Amino acid sequence: MATEFHNLQELRHSASLETKVFIQRDYTEGTVCRFQTKFPSELDNRIERTLLEETVKTLNSYYVEAEKIGGQSYLEGCLACATAYIIFLCMETRYEKVLRKISGYIQEQNEKIYAPRGLLLTDPIERGMRVLEISIFEDQGSGTSSPSSSSMSSTGSAR
Amino acid sequence: MHLGVSESMRECEYSQISTRSSTPMETPYKKRTSRKRKWESFPGRSKFYCDGRIMMARQTGVFCLTLVLILVTSGLFFTFDCPFLALQLTTAIPVIGGVLFLFVLGTLLRTSFSDPGVLPRATPDEAADLERQIDVANGSTGYRPPPRTKEVVINGQTVKLKYCFTCKIFRPPRASHCSLCDNCVERFDHHCPWVGNCVGRRNYRFFYMFILSLSFLTIFIFAFVITHIILRSHRNGFLNALKDSPASVLEVVVCFFSVWSIVGLSGFHTYLISSNQTTNEDIKGSWSSKRGKDNYNPYSHGNIFTNCCSALCGPLPPSLIDRRGFIQSDTLQLAPPTNGITMYGATQSQQSHMCDQDQCIQSTKFVLQAATTPLLQQQTSEPVILTTSPENGGSLPGRTSLTLAGPCTSLPLGQPTPPPSTS
Repeated sequence: MATEFHNLQELRHSASLETKVFIQRDYTEGTVCRFQTKFPSELDNRIERTLLEETVKTLNSYYVEAEKIGGQSYLEGCLACATAYIIFLCMETRYEKVLRKISGYIQEQNEKIYAPRGLLLTDPIERGMRVLEISIFEDQGSGTSSPSSSSMSSTGSAR
Repeated sequence: MHLGVSESMRECEYSQISTRSSTPMETPYKKRTSRKRKWESFPGRSKFYCDGRIMMARQTGVFCLTLVLILVTSGLFFTFDCPFLALQLTTAIPVIGGVLFLFVLGTLLRTSFSDPGVLPRATPDEAADLERQIDVANGSTGYRPPPRTKEVVINGQTVKLKYCFTCKIFRPPRASHCSLCDNCVERFDHHCPWVGNCVGRRNYRFFYMFILSLSFLTIFIFAFVITHIILRSHRNGFLNALKDSPASVLEVVVCFFSVWSIVGLSGFHTYLISSNQTTNEDIKGSWSSKRGKDNYNPYSHGNIFTNCCSALCGPLPPSLIDRRGFIQSDTLQLAPPTNGITMYGATQSQQSHMCDQDQCIQSTKFVLQAATTPLLQQQTSEPVILTTSPENGGSLPGRTSLTLAGPCTSLPLGQPTPPPSTS
Protein backbone atom coordinates (compact mmCIF):
# COMPACT_ATOMS: atom_id res chain seq x y z
CA MET A 1 0.00 0.00 0.00
CA ALA A 2 2.83 2.39 0.77
CA THR A 3 4.38 2.17 -2.68
CA GLU A 4 0.97 2.48 -4.24
CA PHE A 5 0.32 5.66 -2.44
CA HIS A 6 3.60 7.22 -3.47
CA ASN A 7 2.56 6.75 -7.08
CA LEU A 8 -0.77 8.32 -6.35
CA GLN A 9 1.00 11.05 -4.48
CA GLU A 10 2.91 11.92 -7.57
CA LEU A 11 -0.36 12.15 -9.43
CA ARG A 12 -1.74 14.68 -7.10
CA HIS A 13 0.74 17.44 -6.59
CA SER A 14 0.19 18.28 -2.97
CA ALA A 15 -2.42 16.22 -1.18
CA SER A 16 -2.93 16.03 2.53
CA LEU A 17 -5.05 13.61 4.47
CA GLU A 18 -8.24 15.26 5.56
CA THR A 19 -10.14 12.46 7.24
CA LYS A 20 -10.93 8.76 7.10
CA VAL A 21 -14.30 7.17 6.61
CA PHE A 22 -14.95 3.63 7.79
CA ILE A 23 -17.44 1.27 6.25
CA GLN A 24 -18.31 -1.24 8.92
CA ARG A 25 -19.12 -4.91 8.63
CA ASP A 26 -22.66 -6.05 7.95
CA TYR A 27 -23.49 -8.98 10.24
CA THR A 28 -27.09 -9.52 9.18
CA GLU A 29 -26.11 -12.65 7.30
CA GLY A 30 -24.13 -14.15 10.13
CA THR A 31 -20.39 -14.27 10.51
CA VAL A 32 -19.61 -14.23 6.79
CA CYS A 33 -17.50 -11.29 5.68
CA ARG A 34 -19.75 -8.61 4.26
CA PHE A 35 -19.54 -4.83 4.29
CA GLN A 36 -22.42 -2.43 4.62
CA THR A 37 -23.53 -0.88 1.37
CA LYS A 38 -24.83 2.19 3.18
CA PHE A 39 -23.28 5.28 1.60
CA PRO A 40 -21.29 7.42 4.09
CA SER A 41 -22.45 11.03 4.13
CA GLU A 42 -18.89 12.41 4.13
CA LEU A 43 -18.42 11.14 0.58
CA ASP A 44 -21.54 12.82 -0.74
CA ASN A 45 -19.76 15.35 -2.90
CA ARG A 46 -16.64 13.29 -3.59
CA ILE A 47 -17.89 10.23 -5.42
CA GLU A 48 -21.04 8.93 -7.05
CA ARG A 49 -23.07 6.56 -4.93
CA THR A 50 -23.28 3.91 -7.59
CA LEU A 51 -19.51 3.64 -7.97
CA LEU A 52 -18.90 3.02 -4.29
CA GLU A 53 -21.84 0.66 -4.03
CA GLU A 54 -20.53 -1.26 -7.01
CA THR A 55 -17.10 -1.58 -5.38
CA VAL A 56 -18.53 -2.78 -2.06
CA LYS A 57 -20.88 -5.24 -3.78
CA THR A 58 -18.01 -6.70 -5.81
CA LEU A 59 -15.89 -7.01 -2.67
CA ASN A 60 -18.76 -8.74 -0.87
CA SER A 61 -19.12 -11.19 -3.72
CA TYR A 62 -15.41 -11.98 -3.58
CA TYR A 63 -15.67 -12.70 0.14
CA VAL A 64 -18.67 -14.93 -0.43
CA GLU A 65 -16.63 -16.84 -2.98
CA ALA A 66 -13.74 -17.19 -0.52
CA GLU A 67 -15.93 -18.50 2.28
CA LYS A 68 -18.20 -20.65 0.15
CA ILE A 69 -18.78 -24.10 1.58
CA GLY A 70 -18.99 -26.38 -1.40
CA GLY A 71 -17.30 -29.15 -3.31
CA GLN A 72 -13.93 -27.50 -3.68
CA SER A 73 -13.60 -26.47 -0.07
CA TYR A 74 -14.60 -29.96 1.13
CA LEU A 75 -12.01 -31.50 -1.15
CA GLU A 76 -9.38 -29.12 0.15
CA GLY A 77 -10.38 -29.81 3.75
CA CYS A 78 -10.38 -33.58 3.40
CA LEU A 79 -7.08 -33.59 1.52
CA ALA A 80 -5.53 -31.41 4.19
CA CYS A 81 -6.83 -33.66 6.96
CA ALA A 82 -5.54 -36.76 5.20
CA THR A 83 -2.06 -35.28 4.92
CA ALA A 84 -2.20 -34.16 8.57
CA TYR A 85 -2.37 -30.55 7.35
CA ILE A 86 1.20 -30.66 6.05
CA ILE A 87 -0.13 -29.78 2.62
CA PHE A 88 -0.81 -26.25 3.81
CA LEU A 89 2.92 -25.69 3.92
CA CYS A 90 3.18 -26.05 0.15
CA MET A 91 -0.25 -25.15 -1.10
CA GLU A 92 -2.08 -21.87 -0.94
CA THR A 93 -5.64 -22.16 0.35
CA ARG A 94 -8.53 -20.98 -1.76
CA TYR A 95 -9.20 -18.20 0.72
CA GLU A 96 -5.68 -16.84 0.25
CA LYS A 97 -6.04 -17.00 -3.53
CA VAL A 98 -9.24 -14.98 -3.37
CA LEU A 99 -7.63 -12.47 -1.00
CA ARG A 100 -4.91 -11.89 -3.56
CA LYS A 101 -7.56 -11.29 -6.20
CA ILE A 102 -9.22 -8.79 -3.85
CA SER A 103 -5.93 -6.92 -3.35
CA GLY A 104 -5.52 -6.65 -7.08
CA TYR A 105 -9.09 -5.45 -7.48
CA ILE A 106 -8.72 -2.78 -4.81
CA GLN A 107 -5.49 -1.54 -6.35
CA GLU A 108 -7.16 -1.32 -9.74
CA GLN A 109 -10.16 0.52 -8.29
CA ASN A 110 -7.88 2.93 -6.48
CA GLU A 111 -5.96 3.78 -9.64
CA LYS A 112 -8.97 4.09 -11.90
CA ILE A 113 -11.73 5.51 -9.78
CA TYR A 114 -10.71 6.64 -6.31
CA ALA A 115 -7.36 8.33 -6.75
CA PRO A 116 -8.65 10.79 -9.37
CA ARG A 117 -11.30 11.80 -6.84
CA GLY A 118 -8.86 12.26 -4.00
CA LEU A 119 -9.81 9.05 -2.19
CA LEU A 120 -7.91 5.92 -1.23
CA LEU A 121 -9.30 2.51 -0.32
CA THR A 122 -7.41 0.39 2.18
CA ASP A 123 -7.64 -3.38 1.78
CA PRO A 124 -9.81 -4.68 4.67
CA ILE A 125 -7.30 -7.45 5.41
CA GLU A 126 -4.90 -4.77 6.61
CA ARG A 127 -7.53 -3.68 9.11
CA GLY A 128 -8.27 -7.19 10.33
CA MET A 129 -11.39 -7.41 8.14
CA ARG A 130 -13.16 -5.06 10.52
CA VAL A 131 -13.67 -2.07 8.25
CA LEU A 132 -13.22 -0.82 4.73
CA GLU A 133 -11.19 2.33 5.29
CA ILE A 134 -11.53 5.18 2.83
CA SER A 135 -9.01 7.98 3.23
CA ILE A 136 -10.17 11.36 2.00
CA PHE A 137 -7.52 13.73 0.74
CA GLU A 138 -7.81 17.43 0.39
CA ASP A 139 -6.34 18.69 -2.83
CA GLN A 140 -4.38 21.82 -2.13
CA GLY A 141 -3.25 24.34 -4.69
CA SER A 142 -0.73 26.43 -2.84
CA GLY A 143 -0.58 24.38 0.32
CA THR A 144 -0.79 27.42 2.59
CA SER A 145 -4.13 26.85 4.25
CA SER A 146 -4.38 23.25 5.25
CA PRO A 147 -5.98 21.13 7.94
CA SER A 148 -2.53 20.60 9.39
CA SER A 149 -1.97 24.19 10.25
CA SER A 150 -5.42 24.53 11.74
CA SER A 151 -4.86 21.38 13.78
CA MET A 152 -1.49 22.70 14.82
CA SER A 153 -2.95 25.90 16.07
CA SER A 154 -5.78 24.09 17.86
CA THR A 155 -3.36 21.74 19.56
CA GLY A 156 -1.12 24.67 20.33
CA SER A 157 -3.97 26.45 22.05
CA ALA A 158 -5.00 23.30 23.89
CA ARG A 159 -1.64 23.23 25.69
CA MET B 1 40.54 18.88 27.17
CA HIS B 2 38.86 17.59 30.20
CA LEU B 3 35.93 19.87 29.62
CA GLY B 4 35.62 18.78 26.00
CA VAL B 5 35.54 15.13 27.02
CA SER B 6 32.94 15.69 29.69
CA GLU B 7 30.87 17.76 27.32
CA SER B 8 30.96 15.09 24.67
CA MET B 9 30.13 12.55 27.37
CA ARG B 10 27.22 14.68 28.45
CA GLU B 11 26.04 14.87 24.89
CA CYS B 12 26.21 11.11 24.59
CA GLU B 13 24.35 10.74 27.83
CA TYR B 14 21.69 13.20 26.73
CA SER B 15 21.04 11.45 23.45
CA GLN B 16 21.02 8.05 25.16
CA ILE B 17 18.50 9.16 27.74
CA SER B 18 16.26 10.78 25.17
CA THR B 19 16.07 7.73 22.93
CA ARG B 20 15.46 5.38 25.84
CA SER B 21 12.66 7.36 27.38
CA SER B 22 11.21 8.33 24.03
CA THR B 23 11.03 4.86 22.70
CA PRO B 24 10.79 2.41 25.57
CA MET B 25 10.02 -0.34 23.11
CA GLU B 26 13.35 0.00 21.38
CA THR B 27 16.81 0.08 22.78
CA PRO B 28 19.29 2.53 21.30
CA TYR B 29 20.89 -0.37 19.47
CA LYS B 30 17.71 -1.12 17.55
CA LYS B 31 18.20 1.86 15.31
CA ARG B 32 21.23 0.24 13.77
CA THR B 33 19.73 -3.26 13.37
CA SER B 34 17.11 -4.42 10.86
CA ARG B 35 13.45 -3.57 11.15
CA LYS B 36 11.30 -5.20 13.76
CA ARG B 37 8.63 -7.71 12.95
CA LYS B 38 5.06 -7.00 13.98
CA TRP B 39 4.87 -9.84 16.50
CA GLU B 40 7.49 -8.11 18.61
CA SER B 41 5.09 -5.33 19.43
CA PHE B 42 1.88 -7.34 19.58
CA PRO B 43 -0.43 -5.74 22.15
CA GLY B 44 -1.91 -8.95 23.58
CA ARG B 45 -0.45 -11.35 26.11
CA SER B 46 0.38 -14.06 23.59
CA LYS B 47 3.86 -15.44 23.32
CA PHE B 48 5.67 -15.88 20.04
CA TYR B 49 8.42 -18.29 19.13
CA CYS B 50 10.53 -19.01 16.05
CA ASP B 51 10.49 -15.39 14.96
CA GLY B 52 6.70 -15.13 14.96
CA ARG B 53 5.89 -18.45 13.33
CA ILE B 54 4.52 -19.97 16.53
CA MET B 55 1.88 -18.30 18.67
CA MET B 56 0.86 -19.56 22.08
CA ALA B 57 -0.70 -18.42 25.32
CA ARG B 58 1.45 -17.10 28.13
CA GLN B 59 1.19 -20.15 30.41
CA THR B 60 2.50 -23.21 28.61
CA GLY B 61 3.23 -25.46 31.58
CA VAL B 62 0.14 -27.61 31.16
CA PHE B 63 0.85 -27.98 27.45
CA CYS B 64 4.25 -29.41 28.32
CA LEU B 65 2.54 -31.85 30.65
CA THR B 66 0.21 -32.93 27.83
CA LEU B 67 3.15 -33.44 25.53
CA VAL B 68 5.10 -35.41 28.13
CA LEU B 69 2.13 -37.65 28.94
CA ILE B 70 1.51 -38.46 25.28
CA LEU B 71 5.18 -38.99 24.43
CA VAL B 72 5.98 -41.08 27.49
CA THR B 73 2.91 -43.30 27.29
CA SER B 74 3.30 -43.85 23.55
CA GLY B 75 7.04 -44.36 23.91
CA LEU B 76 6.54 -47.01 26.58
CA PHE B 77 3.91 -48.69 24.44
CA PHE B 78 6.15 -48.88 21.38
CA THR B 79 9.17 -49.98 23.37
CA PHE B 80 7.71 -52.57 25.71
CA ASP B 81 4.40 -53.76 24.37
CA CYS B 82 4.70 -53.55 20.61
CA PRO B 83 7.54 -56.07 20.15
CA PHE B 84 5.53 -58.75 21.97
CA LEU B 85 2.28 -57.89 20.21
CA ALA B 86 3.91 -57.70 16.77
CA LEU B 87 5.33 -61.17 17.23
CA GLN B 88 2.29 -62.76 18.84
CA LEU B 89 -0.48 -61.09 16.91
CA THR B 90 0.28 -58.90 13.92
CA THR B 91 2.68 -56.15 12.83
CA ALA B 92 -0.31 -54.02 11.96
CA ILE B 93 -0.58 -53.08 15.63
CA PRO B 94 2.57 -50.95 15.88
CA VAL B 95 1.92 -49.57 12.39
CA ILE B 96 -1.58 -48.39 13.23
CA GLY B 97 -0.36 -47.17 16.60
CA GLY B 98 2.41 -45.26 14.90
CA VAL B 99 0.08 -43.58 12.45
CA LEU B 100 -2.33 -42.64 15.24
CA PHE B 101 0.50 -41.31 17.37
CA LEU B 102 1.86 -39.13 14.55
CA PHE B 103 -1.61 -37.81 13.77
CA VAL B 104 -2.20 -36.94 17.44
CA LEU B 105 1.12 -35.15 17.65
CA GLY B 106 0.57 -33.29 14.39
CA THR B 107 -2.87 -32.04 15.31
CA LEU B 108 -1.78 -31.11 18.84
CA LEU B 109 1.09 -29.01 17.56
CA ARG B 110 -1.09 -27.46 14.90
CA THR B 111 -3.71 -26.50 17.53
CA SER B 112 -1.16 -25.13 19.94
CA PHE B 113 1.02 -23.22 17.55
CA SER B 114 -1.48 -21.57 15.24
CA ASP B 115 -3.32 -18.32 15.55
CA PRO B 116 -6.82 -19.19 16.83
CA GLY B 117 -8.38 -16.29 14.95
CA VAL B 118 -7.23 -13.28 16.92
CA LEU B 119 -8.82 -10.02 15.90
CA PRO B 120 -6.29 -7.22 15.68
CA ARG B 121 -7.06 -4.17 17.76
CA ALA B 122 -8.56 -1.12 16.17
CA THR B 123 -6.29 1.57 14.81
CA PRO B 124 -6.56 4.92 16.61
CA ASP B 125 -8.54 6.37 13.71
CA GLU B 126 -11.09 3.60 13.81
CA ALA B 127 -11.41 3.81 17.57
CA ALA B 128 -11.97 7.54 17.40
CA ASP B 129 -14.54 7.13 14.63
CA LEU B 130 -16.45 4.52 16.64
CA GLU B 131 -16.36 6.68 19.76
CA ARG B 132 -17.76 9.55 17.77
CA GLN B 133 -20.57 7.40 16.41
CA ILE B 134 -21.39 6.06 19.85
CA ASP B 135 -21.44 9.53 21.37
CA VAL B 136 -23.76 10.69 18.63
CA ALA B 137 -26.01 7.70 19.24
CA ASN B 138 -25.96 8.07 23.02
CA GLY B 139 -26.27 11.80 23.02
CA SER B 140 -24.23 11.75 26.21
CA THR B 141 -21.15 13.78 26.90
CA GLY B 142 -20.26 11.85 30.02
CA TYR B 143 -16.73 10.72 30.64
CA ARG B 144 -17.74 7.12 31.14
CA PRO B 145 -20.72 6.19 29.01
CA PRO B 146 -22.71 3.04 29.84
CA PRO B 147 -21.63 -0.33 28.32
CA ARG B 148 -21.98 -0.22 24.60
CA THR B 149 -23.94 -2.79 22.62
CA LYS B 150 -25.25 -2.95 19.12
CA GLU B 151 -28.13 -5.17 18.12
CA VAL B 152 -28.26 -7.01 14.85
CA VAL B 153 -30.78 -9.46 13.48
CA ILE B 154 -29.21 -12.62 12.13
CA ASN B 155 -31.49 -15.16 10.52
CA GLY B 156 -34.42 -13.92 12.56
CA GLN B 157 -32.64 -13.94 15.91
CA THR B 158 -31.60 -10.74 17.67
CA VAL B 159 -27.93 -10.90 18.55
CA LYS B 160 -26.20 -8.33 20.76
CA LEU B 161 -22.76 -7.21 19.64
CA LYS B 162 -20.70 -6.02 22.55
CA TYR B 163 -18.08 -3.31 22.45
CA CYS B 164 -14.67 -4.47 23.61
CA PHE B 165 -12.99 -1.77 25.67
CA THR B 166 -9.59 -3.37 25.31
CA CYS B 167 -9.58 -3.86 21.56
CA LYS B 168 -11.83 -0.86 20.89
CA ILE B 169 -14.04 -2.72 18.45
CA PHE B 170 -17.55 -4.04 18.35
CA ARG B 171 -16.98 -7.75 18.57
CA PRO B 172 -18.34 -9.72 15.61
CA PRO B 173 -20.99 -12.29 16.49
CA ARG B 174 -19.56 -15.36 18.23
CA ALA B 175 -16.31 -13.58 19.01
CA SER B 176 -15.20 -13.22 22.59
CA HIS B 177 -12.36 -11.62 24.47
CA CYS B 178 -10.02 -14.09 26.14
CA SER B 179 -8.85 -12.59 29.39
CA LEU B 180 -5.88 -14.93 29.62
CA CYS B 181 -4.48 -14.00 26.23
CA ASP B 182 -5.96 -10.49 26.25
CA ASN B 183 -7.19 -10.84 22.69
CA CYS B 184 -10.56 -10.91 20.97
CA VAL B 185 -10.86 -14.24 19.19
CA GLU B 186 -13.26 -14.99 16.38
CA ARG B 187 -15.76 -17.81 17.01
CA PHE B 188 -14.25 -18.21 20.46
CA ASP B 189 -14.73 -21.70 21.80
CA HIS B 190 -12.67 -21.78 24.98
CA HIS B 191 -9.16 -21.26 26.25
CA CYS B 192 -7.58 -24.68 26.61
CA PRO B 193 -4.59 -24.86 28.97
CA TRP B 194 -3.89 -28.42 27.81
CA VAL B 195 -2.98 -27.16 24.37
CA GLY B 196 -1.63 -23.88 25.68
CA ASN B 197 -3.76 -21.73 23.38
CA CYS B 198 -7.25 -20.44 22.75
CA VAL B 199 -9.50 -22.55 20.56
CA GLY B 200 -11.20 -20.38 17.99
CA ARG B 201 -12.22 -20.19 14.39
CA ARG B 202 -8.88 -21.05 12.86
CA ASN B 203 -7.82 -23.96 15.00
CA TYR B 204 -11.10 -25.56 16.11
CA ARG B 205 -10.90 -28.32 13.53
CA PHE B 206 -7.34 -29.18 14.58
CA PHE B 207 -8.47 -29.25 18.21
CA TYR B 208 -11.36 -31.56 17.39
CA MET B 209 -9.13 -33.84 15.31
CA PHE B 210 -6.66 -33.88 18.19
CA ILE B 211 -9.14 -34.96 20.86
CA LEU B 212 -10.77 -37.45 18.50
CA SER B 213 -7.50 -39.08 17.49
CA LEU B 214 -6.28 -38.96 21.09
CA SER B 215 -9.43 -40.84 22.16
CA PHE B 216 -8.67 -43.50 19.58
CA LEU B 217 -5.02 -43.64 20.60
CA THR B 218 -5.87 -43.91 24.29
CA ILE B 219 -8.40 -46.65 23.72
CA PHE B 220 -5.98 -48.39 21.33
CA ILE B 221 -3.11 -48.36 23.82
CA PHE B 222 -5.37 -49.35 26.70
CA ALA B 223 -6.86 -52.26 24.79
CA PHE B 224 -3.56 -53.63 23.52
CA VAL B 225 -1.70 -53.25 26.80
CA ILE B 226 -4.46 -55.24 28.47
CA THR B 227 -4.21 -57.81 25.65
CA HIS B 228 -0.45 -57.96 26.17
CA ILE B 229 -0.79 -58.57 29.90
CA ILE B 230 -3.49 -61.18 29.37
CA LEU B 231 -1.39 -63.05 26.79
CA ARG B 232 1.63 -63.01 29.08
CA SER B 233 -0.51 -64.12 32.04
CA HIS B 234 -1.63 -67.19 30.08
CA ARG B 235 2.00 -68.19 29.79
CA ASN B 236 3.58 -67.17 33.07
CA GLY B 237 0.83 -66.12 35.41
CA PHE B 238 -0.51 -62.72 36.21
CA LEU B 239 2.09 -61.52 38.69
CA ASN B 240 4.97 -62.63 36.51
CA ALA B 241 3.43 -60.88 33.56
CA LEU B 242 3.35 -57.65 35.54
CA LYS B 243 6.93 -58.15 36.60
CA ASP B 244 8.08 -58.80 33.04
CA SER B 245 6.39 -55.70 31.74
CA PRO B 246 6.22 -53.04 34.48
CA ALA B 247 5.77 -50.21 31.98
CA SER B 248 2.41 -51.67 31.04
CA VAL B 249 1.09 -50.89 34.49
CA LEU B 250 1.93 -47.23 34.11
CA GLU B 251 0.36 -47.14 30.67
CA VAL B 252 -2.83 -48.74 31.90
CA VAL B 253 -3.14 -46.28 34.74
CA VAL B 254 -2.55 -43.23 32.52
CA CYS B 255 -4.91 -44.50 29.82
CA PHE B 256 -7.61 -45.47 32.28
CA PHE B 257 -7.79 -42.03 33.81
CA SER B 258 -7.46 -40.19 30.49
CA VAL B 259 -9.98 -42.19 28.54
CA TRP B 260 -13.00 -40.98 30.51
CA SER B 261 -12.21 -37.29 30.16
CA ILE B 262 -10.94 -37.39 26.58
CA VAL B 263 -13.69 -39.59 25.19
CA GLY B 264 -16.23 -37.50 27.08
CA LEU B 265 -14.76 -34.33 25.63
CA SER B 266 -14.80 -35.78 22.12
CA GLY B 267 -18.44 -36.68 22.51
CA PHE B 268 -19.25 -33.20 23.79
CA HIS B 269 -17.49 -31.49 20.91
CA THR B 270 -19.12 -33.84 18.41
CA TYR B 271 -22.44 -32.61 19.75
CA LEU B 272 -21.29 -29.00 19.52
CA ILE B 273 -20.12 -29.41 15.96
CA SER B 274 -23.31 -31.11 14.84
CA SER B 275 -25.39 -28.27 16.28
CA ASN B 276 -22.89 -25.56 15.20
CA GLN B 277 -22.40 -24.11 18.67
CA THR B 278 -19.32 -23.05 20.53
CA THR B 279 -18.47 -24.16 24.09
CA ASN B 280 -18.97 -20.57 25.11
CA GLU B 281 -22.51 -20.46 23.72
CA ASP B 282 -23.39 -23.85 25.14
CA ILE B 283 -22.25 -22.96 28.63
CA LYS B 284 -24.12 -19.67 28.55
CA GLY B 285 -27.18 -21.38 27.06
CA SER B 286 -27.40 -18.72 24.38
CA TRP B 287 -29.46 -20.83 22.00
CA SER B 288 -31.11 -23.08 24.53
CA SER B 289 -34.83 -23.52 24.14
CA LYS B 290 -35.10 -22.95 27.88
CA ARG B 291 -34.59 -19.26 27.22
CA GLY B 292 -37.67 -18.98 25.14
CA LYS B 293 -39.75 -20.88 22.65
CA ASP B 294 -38.49 -18.79 19.75
CA ASN B 295 -34.86 -19.15 20.72
CA TYR B 296 -32.85 -21.09 18.17
CA ASN B 297 -29.32 -21.12 16.84
CA PRO B 298 -29.17 -18.75 13.85
CA TYR B 299 -25.82 -20.10 12.70
CA SER B 300 -26.90 -23.69 12.30
CA HIS B 301 -27.23 -24.85 8.70
CA GLY B 302 -30.23 -26.98 9.55
CA ASN B 303 -28.83 -30.48 9.27
CA ILE B 304 -26.06 -32.29 11.12
CA PHE B 305 -24.10 -33.25 8.03
CA THR B 306 -23.75 -29.67 6.74
CA ASN B 307 -22.86 -28.42 10.21
CA CYS B 308 -20.10 -31.01 10.55
CA CYS B 309 -18.76 -30.39 7.08
CA SER B 310 -18.67 -26.64 7.50
CA ALA B 311 -16.87 -26.90 10.84
CA LEU B 312 -14.30 -29.45 9.75
CA CYS B 313 -13.94 -29.07 6.00
CA GLY B 314 -14.90 -25.46 5.51
CA PRO B 315 -12.42 -22.92 4.15
CA LEU B 316 -9.62 -22.00 6.52
CA PRO B 317 -9.35 -18.23 6.83
CA PRO B 318 -5.85 -16.78 6.98
CA SER B 319 -4.47 -15.11 10.08
CA LEU B 320 -5.64 -11.52 10.48
CA ILE B 321 -2.61 -10.51 12.50
CA ASP B 322 0.38 -10.26 10.25
CA ARG B 323 2.87 -11.73 12.71
CA ARG B 324 5.93 -11.88 10.52
CA GLY B 325 5.43 -8.70 8.57
CA PHE B 326 7.86 -5.91 9.17
CA ILE B 327 6.87 -2.76 10.94
CA GLN B 328 7.46 0.06 8.48
CA SER B 329 10.24 2.35 9.63
CA ASP B 330 7.97 5.36 9.36
CA THR B 331 5.40 4.02 11.79
CA LEU B 332 5.76 3.59 15.52
CA GLN B 333 4.38 0.77 17.60
CA LEU B 334 1.76 0.65 20.30
CA ALA B 335 3.11 -0.51 23.64
CA PRO B 336 1.58 -3.66 25.12
CA PRO B 337 -0.44 -4.26 27.24
CA THR B 338 -1.98 -0.84 27.55
CA ASN B 339 -5.43 -0.31 26.27
CA GLY B 340 -5.43 3.32 25.41
CA ILE B 341 -3.56 5.13 22.74
CA THR B 342 0.06 5.28 23.80
CA MET B 343 2.24 8.18 22.93
CA TYR B 344 5.85 8.08 21.98
CA GLY B 345 8.26 10.84 21.37
CA ALA B 346 9.79 10.40 17.99
CA THR B 347 13.49 10.15 17.70
CA GLN B 348 15.20 12.55 15.45
CA SER B 349 16.07 9.91 12.88
CA GLN B 350 12.45 8.91 12.43
CA GLN B 351 11.24 12.44 12.35
CA SER B 352 11.78 13.01 8.67
CA HIS B 353 9.67 10.03 7.70
CA MET B 354 6.59 10.89 9.71
CA CYS B 355 3.41 12.03 8.08
CA ASP B 356 2.63 15.53 9.23
CA GLN B 357 -1.07 15.54 8.39
CA ASP B 358 -1.78 12.26 10.03
CA GLN B 359 0.24 13.31 13.06
CA CYS B 360 -1.75 16.45 13.37
CA ILE B 361 -5.11 14.81 12.99
CA GLN B 362 -4.16 12.16 15.47
CA SER B 363 -2.53 14.55 17.84
CA THR B 364 -5.71 16.61 17.80
CA LYS B 365 -7.67 13.52 18.72
CA PHE B 366 -5.14 12.75 21.41
CA VAL B 367 -5.56 16.19 22.90
CA LEU B 368 -9.33 15.78 22.86
CA GLN B 369 -8.94 12.46 24.63
CA ALA B 370 -6.48 13.97 27.06
CA ALA B 371 -8.98 16.65 27.90
CA THR B 372 -11.59 14.05 28.77
CA THR B 373 -9.28 11.65 30.58
CA PRO B 374 -7.91 13.32 33.71
CA LEU B 375 -5.32 10.62 34.29
CA LEU B 376 -3.27 11.71 31.34
CA GLN B 377 -0.40 14.03 32.16
CA GLN B 378 -0.40 17.43 30.57
CA GLN B 379 1.88 17.96 27.65
CA THR B 380 4.08 20.95 28.03
CA SER B 381 5.32 21.26 24.52
CA GLU B 382 4.10 20.37 21.06
CA PRO B 383 1.97 17.24 21.06
CA VAL B 384 3.79 13.94 20.84
CA ILE B 385 3.24 11.85 17.77
CA LEU B 386 0.42 9.36 18.06
CA THR B 387 1.37 5.82 17.20
CA THR B 388 -0.26 3.72 14.58
CA SER B 389 -1.14 0.15 15.40
CA PRO B 390 1.37 -2.48 14.31
CA GLU B 391 -0.86 -4.05 11.71
CA ASN B 392 -1.27 -0.74 10.00
CA GLY B 393 1.83 -1.48 8.00
CA GLY B 394 2.76 1.18 5.59
CA SER B 395 -0.71 2.13 4.57
CA LEU B 396 -0.59 5.55 6.15
CA PRO B 397 -0.09 8.02 3.39
CA GLY B 398 2.35 10.73 4.19
CA ARG B 399 5.11 12.95 3.13
CA THR B 400 8.15 14.19 4.86
CA SER B 401 7.44 16.50 7.71
CA LEU B 402 9.20 19.75 8.07
CA THR B 403 6.77 21.70 10.15
CA LEU B 404 6.80 19.38 13.13
CA ALA B 405 10.49 18.67 13.08
CA GLY B 406 11.47 21.53 15.28
CA PRO B 407 8.97 21.32 18.10
CA CYS B 408 8.88 17.57 18.29
CA THR B 409 12.55 17.13 18.80
CA SER B 410 12.29 19.11 21.95
CA LEU B 411 9.80 16.69 23.44
CA PRO B 412 9.87 16.20 27.15
CA LEU B 413 11.65 13.17 28.40
CA GLY B 414 8.68 11.89 30.36
CA GLN B 415 5.88 9.92 28.84
CA PRO B 416 2.20 10.57 29.36
CA THR B 417 0.40 7.87 31.25
CA PRO B 418 -1.95 6.14 28.84
CA PRO B 419 -5.63 5.95 29.77
CA PRO B 420 -6.34 3.07 32.14
CA SER B 421 -8.01 -0.08 30.95
CA THR B 422 -11.69 0.52 30.67
CA SER B 423 -12.69 -3.04 29.85
